Amino acid sequence: MPTTTIAGHAVEVNDEGFLTHPDQWSDDLGVELGRLIGIELTDEHWKLVHFLRDDFGRQGETATLRRVSTQTGTPVKALFELFPGKPAKKMAYVAGLPKPKGCV
Amino acid sequence: MTTQTTETAPLVPSFDAPESQGRKLAIICSKGNLDMAYPGLILANAALGEGVETHLFFTFWGFDMINKKTSGDLKFTMLGNTATHMPQGLGGIPGMTHLATSQMKKAIADLDVPEVPEFLDQIVASGGHLWACRMSADMQHLGEKDLRDDVEGIISASDFIELTEGAQLLFI
Repeated sequence: MPTTTIAGHAVEVNDEGFLTHPDQWSDDLGVELGRLIGIELTDEHWKLVHFLRDDFGRQGETATLRRVSTQTGTPVKALFELFPGKPAKKMAYVAGLPKPKGCV
Repeated sequence: MTTQTTETAPLVPSFDAPESQGRKLAIICSKGNLDMAYPGLILANAALGEGVETHLFFTFWGFDMINKKTSGDLKFTMLGNTATHMPQGLGGIPGMTHLATSQMKKAIADLDVPEVPEFLDQIVASGGHLWACRMSADMQHLGEKDLRDDVEGIISASDFIELTEGAQLLFI
């Protein structure tokens, strides 16, 4: 596994750049991960990122876009606006989690 | 396994790489059975989540997916479907289609996958485009008022082909 340095932290990532150890993540790192993919995190972003982190802790897997939407009460359209293009993957990346595995 | 340390440029996923831009997917939905509605919906949803411009064209029995009267009431039957691995005669017993449909709906709901109308809501909210087939509308004597409000138009097959120029295409 490659090691990369983000915001002064050495973290392990997979070949695509996703963190492989969710416990190496911190809010500071989240800010920088967002910046690296062109997203400046607002309170709305943070609400979703923290949901993803908490949900991963409970479920052991990354929430799909639908799960994020239904569990946080955020319309799907808003998710696409906050994390444009590939919302589920971008959200997971910023939260330091693996890409979601679920289909829907 | 190799370990490498990059101090300067962090390894970042190429979410918005130019080569992934401009990809288009066209899905032709021609079936009105519950089990045959889902493949198109799931693939459309997945494509939209990957930033792919997605168009769904509903034709023939696929019209039931966007017809307000039938959209929430698609059915699954064992009849003619050997993949259930049950005696075919069972499928013809009165009430069996109702039972099979309820069981399939429950199995789908258990996975937190929405019912057809709600799934289409999600697809449209994700930026998907819904189109209805002109000939199917004429055959079934249906107009725009009979269809979901977010169907963008009743168009001919040639219109759809023109609209989806360069797209990858799925026929279901």
